[in-house]
Amino acid sequence: MSRGPRRSTEDHPLLRVTLGVVAVGFIGLFLVLPLTMVFSEALSRGLAAALAAIEDPDALAAVRLTGIVAAVAVPLNAVFGIAASWAITKFDFCGKGLLTTLIDLPFSVSPVVSGLIYVLIFGLQGWLGATLRDWDFKVIFALPGIVLATMFVTFPFVARELIPLMADQGREEEEAAASLGASGLQTLLRVTLPNIKWGLLYGVLLCNARAMGEFGAVSVVSGHIRGLTNTMPLHVEVLYNDYQFVGAFAVASLLALLAIVTLFLKSFLEWRYADEIAATHRH
Amino acid sequence: MSLVVESIAKRFERFPALNGVSFTAPQGAFVALLGPSGSGKTTLLRILGGLEFSDEGSVHFDDLNWLSLPARERRAGFVFQNYALFRHMTVAQNIAFGLSVRPRRNRPTRHAIAKRVEELLALVQLDGLGKRYPSQLSGGQRQRVALARALAIEPRMLLLDEPFGALDAKVRKELRGWLRALHERLGLTTIFVTHDQEEAFALADLVAIMNKGKIEQYGTPEDVRSAPKTRFVAEFLDSAAV
Repeated sequence: MSRGPRRSTEDHPLLRVTLGVVAVGFIGLFLVLPLTMVFSEALSRGLAAALAAIEDPDALAAVRLTGIVAAVAVPLNAVFGIAASWAITKFDFCGKGLLTTLIDLPFSVSPVVSGLIYVLIFGLQGWLGATLRDWDFKVIFALPGIVLATMFVTFPFVARELIPLMADQGREEEEAAASLGASGLQTLLRVTLPNIKWGLLYGVLLCNARAMGEFGAVSVVSGHIRGLTNTMPLHVEVLYNDYQFVGAFAVASLLALLAIVTLFLKSFLEWRYADEIAATHRH
Repeated sequence: MSLVVESIAKRFERFPALNGVSFTAPQGAFVALLGPSGSGKTTLLRILGGLEFSDEGSVHFDDLNWLSLPARERRAGFVFQNYALFRHMTVAQNIAFGLSVRPRRNRPTRHAIAKRVEELLALVQLDGLGKRYPSQLSGGQRQRVALARALAIEPRMLLLDEPFGALDAKVRKELRGWLRALHERLGLTTIFVTHDQEEAFALADLVAIMNKGKIEQYGTPEDVRSAPKTRFVAEFLDSAAV
């Protein structure tokens, strides 16, 4: 293979090979290998055993609970994310910087602490504990607490995705819509939302993946009641601690599959709608 | 039936943008707000369009207390410097927007809107481009779509913010003549902002030279050019003549 002189942007072949090997090795060691292990452990006693572990009533209950939690937390966080990014990027108001910082709080707080906050507020010994007991409304060690903890942890995903996008798009299109006679709601529905739909979809996908996979915060508020307040990640832990490795890895592979499907969907959307996504950025 | 702007003042957080601006323009006049950047001309235009609010002063137009109307009830056709076309809509949808958001009882039928869009496309010489997206158009074409969109709402006045600012010199000259011709035809009161005095003098019936939030001189291009009232005006005119 004959080659001309090296272009200035081309690195030394040895350097390129080294970098390539390091990158591939890293990905292989830390991402692909563990993922393969999850599936191979799940299938170590055959497909039937893995399926049986998933069909166990407690496992099914965990899958159902995770689904319910995500179904409540993700739409609420999507609505919140849209509202917050709309307010932050399209209006000027006092306390805007504070709000922007607060949105990031769940990213910087340890999930365990997030869970504990809710125990302190809603738990029996907490601020609202007595009141809630009088109303016979259980938050901690029940579904509402799990939903709250999940929401707290996944709070920033949609807003984080939308704020830079909407800031980049500016306010001019909204101003144009107003000068053309559109009401606030019409502007939101016909101008703002269509411009952010792809960013919103990414945000929701990531938010959903995290909502289903959240362990720390949920672990604190759930109480680990099998078949009742165990989400999928918690169920994996319970099974693992019981030395039921096939079961633990079988449920874990469901979660891993979810992650793969999320990534696949994201890549598919990026590929399928590349033009439209590019067009929603400032031209 | 004229535009009367009286003592408009506007203060941003740290600096005053407008320090009591007054002028009167007869119905159908073509007025240029000319001045260096930071002179307050765009702020004045945005106040007229309802996109910014003045702290003091009043504006009357056609017996309307103009500033008491919210932006969407003013029917002021605003053309933005960067056009602000709706990027996810086709050219035709962009132009139809102002008609399609009207309350049901005032909204033309779908057929009537489509017909109006065709007329406007012809008016701005973009026949056949209705199905394109803004990103598929040249700068000059986008400019004309923005104008057609503003005209679709049957505006009471036209407000143009640096309408040719983002275009190259050749297209700019072509569009200038075309815009003047369109103005003669439609007879709409038009205010436009520019920092290019050649453009202002070539297009406008009346020129307001602005500096530091005030109008230094207001008059016909001939008057302003032959008898600059203040030192700033004389220097400003000189600087571009060199």
